[in-house]
Amino acid sequence: MFNRLFAILCLCVPLEALAQGKTTDFILDNGMQVVVIEDHRAPVVVHMVWYKVGSADEPSGKSGIAHFLEHLMFKKTKNLQAGELADTVAANGGSHNAFTSLDYTGYYQRVAADRLELMMQMESDRMTGLQLSPDDIAVERNVVIEERNQRTESAPGALFKEHLNAALFLNHPYGVPIVGWMHELEELNYDDAMAFYKQHYAPNNAILVVAGDVTPDDVKTLAERYYGVLPANRAITPRARRQEPPHRAARRVIFHDERVAQPFFTRTYLAPERNSGNQRGAAALVYLAQILGGSSATSVLGRTLQYDTKQAIYTSAQYRPMALDPSTFSLVAVPASDVSLQQIEDALEATIANFMADGIDIELFERIKSQFRASEIYAMDNVSGIAQRYGAALTQGLTVADVQAWPQILQEITPEEVMTLAGQLFDEKASVTGWLMGPKEQAQ
Amino acid sequence: MMRIFALGALLGAGTVQADVAVKSITSPGGLSAWILEEPAIPFTALNLMFSGGAALDPPDKRGAAFLMTGLLEEGAGDLDSQAFAAEIEALSASFSFDVSDDTLSISARFLTENRTETLALLKTALIQPRFDPDAIERVRQQVLSILATKAQDPTDTAQRVWTEQAFGDHAYGTSYQGTESSIAALTPADFLAAHQKLLVRDTLSISAAGDITAEDLGPILDDLLGDLPAGSALETTPLQLDIPTGLTVVDMSTPQSVAIFGHAGIDRNHPDFFAAFILNTILGGQGIESRLTAEVREKRGLTYGISTVLISKDQANVMLGQVASANDRINAAIEVIRDEWRKLARDGVTAEELQAAQTYLTGAYPLRFDGNSQISRILVGMQRVGLGLDYINTRNAKINAVTLSEINRVAAQLLKPEALNFVVAGQPTGLKEE
Repeated sequence: MFNRLFAILCLCVPLEALAQGKTTDFILDNGMQVVVIEDHRAPVVVHMVWYKVGSADEPSGKSGIAHFLEHLMFKKTKNLQAGELADTVAANGGSHNAFTSLDYTGYYQRVAADRLELMMQMESDRMTGLQLSPDDIAVERNVVIEERNQRTESAPGALFKEHLNAALFLNHPYGVPIVGWMHELEELNYDDAMAFYKQHYAPNNAILVVAGDVTPDDVKTLAERYYGVLPANRAITPRARRQEPPHRAARRVIFHDERVAQPFFTRTYLAPERNSGNQRGAAALVYLAQILGGSSATSVLGRTLQYDTKQAIYTSAQYRPMALDPSTFSLVAVPASDVSLQQIEDALEATIANFMADGIDIELFERIKSQFRASEIYAMDNVSGIAQRYGAALTQGLTVADVQAWPQILQEITPEEVMTLAGQLFDEKASVTGWLMGPKEQAQ
Repeated sequence: MMRIFALGALLGAGTVQADVAVKSITSPGGLSAWILEEPAIPFTALNLMFSGGAALDPPDKRGAAFLMTGLLEEGAGDLDSQAFAAEIEALSASFSFDVSDDTLSISARFLTENRTETLALLKTALIQPRFDPDAIERVRQQVLSILATKAQDPTDTAQRVWTEQAFGDHAYGTSYQGTESSIAALTPADFLAAHQKLLVRDTLSISAAGDITAEDLGPILDDLLGDLPAGSALETTPLQLDIPTGLTVVDMSTPQSVAIFGHAGIDRNHPDFFAAFILNTILGGQGIESRLTAEVREKRGLTYGISTVLISKDQANVMLGQVASANDRINAAIEVIRDEWRKLARDGVTAEELQAAQTYLTGAYPLRFDGNSQISRILVGMQRVGLGLDYINTRNAKINAVTLSEINRVAAQLLKPEALNFVVAGQPTGLKEE
């Protein structure tokens, strides 16, 4: 065993060279930022366009419009019939999809590398050339309503999460669900979609990420040809959302649903996010999440509540380091069948209090650190994943330099920094506590 | 038109040597394996797949293989569950153990620097699992919780009832995850029995991809797997399927109904399989816009997603579909499904549809071979179902060889609108049970 630990300490792969040597970035004259990641192992390319707009940028009362527009982007455009982009990708053996988040909306295709130009031709066409019809609105709105039915209305855990978010954020639009509240979703119309599109879809609000068997020079030539000719929208300004006031009272959500077979406890705190040039706090919280709830067998919550006292059958700690505005840090505990939610809440609080008093198990810390280093090696096997990193970072206030500095920052974080951040994080006044449970009459 | 690159080049390490990529080796001890040498990134993906899975559970021990497989990472040799987990972490490796009705699969990923230590640890998990009482209880409680949650889920419920109706008393008719009562009754002896039955050399397929050479792999495999019992190759007999026809509603309080529908399918070794595979892609597959997606989602907005799939199990084949629609719209969706099934069986596909599907499928195939982990997973699956190395280079020709008259003959034979069995979980309106 000690030999193996020793082997880890000697794992001195030059990460910087491995991860960064193949990335190039530049900006087109109209303000569109481009990142090229080279991976020549296979003649495949991933082509992504990320817009700096997400559900948190929606006008009040129009929740779901960012995601609805994402669906509508597959309809008719200046040069494409409805569905033609999808059919063309398929006819070339490729795959494609789109996604909407709180902070960004993205579109991607994965095709043979020599089909890149065709993808750029189509993607640039729908950046400013969308031509919706009222029929598109009615049918696609029903699709999105069914999506909400499937993912949220049919899943009590998802409804619970919506309530927790709404309770945590007092003022910031992060409290509104990405898919939209049903009553607002049902009313979204043509004007809403086109207004949102015209306001946010433009080259100077987009990031192009191309990853795979390509060269930066070729990508630049094509990007200038297809995206470079689109005019910038000078009306676009940096995003400034409503921010949170000081939180002065802990909140509590008791959610009953007859479909809940397994109750659980969760507490979510407001947490700082990665900021450009200032990522250490977030890096320390990444460690904290792993230390508290990364592995059931070795983390603080898992060891204490699942192995020692056996009060929980599952525990975890979850932190999302990337966000444009302040993010969240959550603790979760699923109680054993003979343990109440109050008991598991008390046990979890005691576990955290003991952790704050005792500090970090250094062996655990070192194992996590070596895993972060190794994860950079494993990450290189999936160039799409690297592309996503850049797209997500650049639409959430970070720079290429920040992305490239991150692995090294993770290696520099100390246990002391983690404890300092933990002390700042666990402010009950900036938290929401949730109990998800079965129907009320059966509850204890 | 998509065959612009040779598959060999795609599998290579970006070198000019096109067709050396995947090799077949036999270890000094007689184990055969496929390997892709790809030294660009200093790690290796290793996949092991045993034929024979949870369907071999004794009838009153459903869930034994599932729990046993989960317990393989809950302590082995001198290490208890927590010490074992800490070792994996210290090595920055990952193991995953999975079981299905027909297979038990293990995938491992490890850094070149830690290869020897990681494989020694994996070997203890394979040869010396502990099945400690406290680990068993912990995993048992987790499984019971998962089962209780699934019982409330409309998709899981519709699938459970459909498979019960289709497979009856055969193991396929119940979940490999067991039931509350079967799980509660399992003992360490059951896990030992499942372990001895499933982890045997003669049913094993092996692949590796990454920073490892063919020369090194043979002795490594002998050391890792040589101590497993030889066992004997699995023999399976096809089930005589008697799937009922009709529509069953399972009442669940949910705003959206989930429908599972289907009938008998086709064996992947059947000469018509490729025609059926293309047919399913056109009807309800992924990648190109299928007829069902066009009719149910795009034209009518009745669902977020609808799909069909050909499922080839070792002892049975089914063609299965799934859709979810609001309770007051599921009847409309089901009507469209029946119509499309009828139309396709009667009129077949058009030449344009066939060509579009062939173009998509042949173009997409090489794009699958992406990354060491993914390639190793594909290679082990190919061996397990008896495909040869040459399949990688002949598969697209088989897709392209399917003619319009052939696929339409298969459409008429395979698609049986009158034989469709629907199970709907939810509170659908306007639906009649049959």
